[in-house]
Amino acid sequence: QERAVVFFEVEILDAKTKDKLCFLDKVEPNATIGEIKSMFHKSHPQWYPARQSIRLDPKGKSLKDEDVLQHLPVGTTATFYFRDLGAQISWVTVFLTEYTGPLVIYLMFYFRVPFIYAPKYDFTTSKHWVVHLACMCHSFHYVKRLLETLFVHRFSHGTMPLRNIFKNCTYYWGFAAWMAYYINHPLYTPPIYGEQQIRLALIIFLFCQIGNFSIHIALRNLRPPGSKTRKIPYPTKNPFTWIFLLVSCPNYTYEVLGSWLGFTVMTQCLPVAFFTLVGFIQMTVWAKGKHRSYLKEFRDYPPLRSPILPFIL
Amino acid sequence: MASSEEDGAVEEKENNNKKKTKSALATAWLTFYNIAMTAGWLVLAIAMMRFYVQKGTHKGLYRSIARTLKFFQTFALVEVGHCAIGIVRTSVIVTGVQVCSRIFMVWFITNSIRQIQNEESVILFLVVWTMTEITRYSYYTFKLLHHLPYFIKWARYNLFIIMYPLGVVGELLTIYAALPFVRRSGMYSMRLPNKYNVSFDYYYCLIIVMLSYIPLFPQLYFHMLRQRRKVLHGEVIVEKDD
Repeated sequence: QERAVVFFEVEILDAKTKDKLCFLDKVEPNATIGEIKSMFHKSHPQWYPARQSIRLDPKGKSLKDEDVLQHLPVGTTATFYFRDLGAQISWVTVFLTEYTGPLVIYLMFYFRVPFIYAPKYDFTTSKHWVVHLACMCHSFHYVKRLLETLFVHRFSHGTMPLRNIFKNCTYYWGFAAWMAYYINHPLYTPPIYGEQQIRLALIIFLFCQIGNFSIHIALRNLRPPGSKTRKIPYPTKNPFTWIFLLVSCPNYTYEVLGSWLGFTVMTQCLPVAFFTLVGFIQMTVWAKGKHRSYLKEFRDYPPLRSPILPFIL
Repeated sequence: MASSEEDGAVEEKENNNKKKTKSALATAWLTFYNIAMTAGWLVLAIAMMRFYVQKGTHKGLYRSIARTLKFFQTFALVEVGHCAIGIVRTSVIVTGVQVCSRIFMVWFITNSIRQIQNEESVILFLVVWTMTEITRYSYYTFKLLHHLPYFIKWARYNLFIIMYPLGVVGELLTIYAALPFVRRSGMYSMRLPNKYNVSFDYYYCLIIVMLSYIPLFPQLYFHMLRQRRKVLHGEVIVEKDD
């Protein structure tokens, strides 16, 4: 005897005007929101699935692509509300663009490309060895970030609004130019405490680059390929991950406390200090948000952990 | 259990009482603040008029009111705090930008560049600021006392239409007049080489400030126009969602 399948009907209304935008009949009960988005896209080709926000309530939260129709609190005729999220761009594209900029821009200042400094300095190199070291560190940092974007990170969101790329690139590229201008300037003054200061800074920088990378690997291993699951990160055999005992987002801790603070001490350049401070503020905001969502999602979240700085912040 | 229910009710009452005391305190402070600021700017207006009537010239006027101006304009910084802690329902950023631009003019232009203190453009923006602030602070005062005469409301939401642009003209002309003196003296500037590996040129900074009026002024102006439509004509404005 055949099992009777109850098909759903789905109507999609505009969240603001309540106009009926789309009606889908004979929808499988185990259809996901992602599949419904694809069907909606067919009738409205300008709204690709990544820019659709589908919700149960016009002012409610967006439903996830993985949500299954029959598990939602809807009748056999489901009413959804649609919001256009605007043009979207993939996270990978944004990261690659925002990180390639600083890499290239810094090198332009390092090689003293014409029209930046006085013409007599064009294509000359700095006489201070710390300037060469700084260039290597800065370039290494951004190459590492690019490689991590391509091979390590597993993103939970596919896309972000298009306008973010302009905002982000202005920030990264602008600061990179501002820092690079002074570090590679013909009138650059090397650190007061000379070799000691530079050596210490380099050690901090390298230590935290390795630390930051270890955290990225640990986070990647929490999530099987292609999945968007979230789990509590724990320390692994790698000593650089033991900081998970005290901090929720140690990747940010390593980034600020180590890499950029180290770079500031190495170059003794106020714009770098400023960039470190702004980055610290931004990462603290992100860390607090992440910490809060960990606490909300996991009842057994380790109580000893702070968002970004052990016991402090 | 009856006793825990009572405790819960008592706690809720205590919380409500705390909230009422807090808002009564906030109202009392805001009323005092707005009365004080209205009085301050009135004093400024009267001092300016007296000087002009007695001396017949605007030269030296700025010097005579400089201290009072600096005091009351700087004190306005607390308004950013009001927005931040929520006792005033305005955006922190809008208030912050407006107060900061005033502080900048008073402390970093007219106070520190003495050669431009007798410019006519200074008198222009001083007059504009005085009229605007007296209207604004008396509007808030009457609103808090629940006795708002219509002409104050009218003045607050109509005078700005000419006052705002006039004020901008006065400010920009003043900064422009200050440029040659800034360049010559090299004030607030830092050159390479130095141990911080940074440089700052106040002259170019001022040029950027002048250019920033182009995007910022229309935003603030249209914000006021929208407020005006809402308050005077009861229009329901559909805000742009994010």
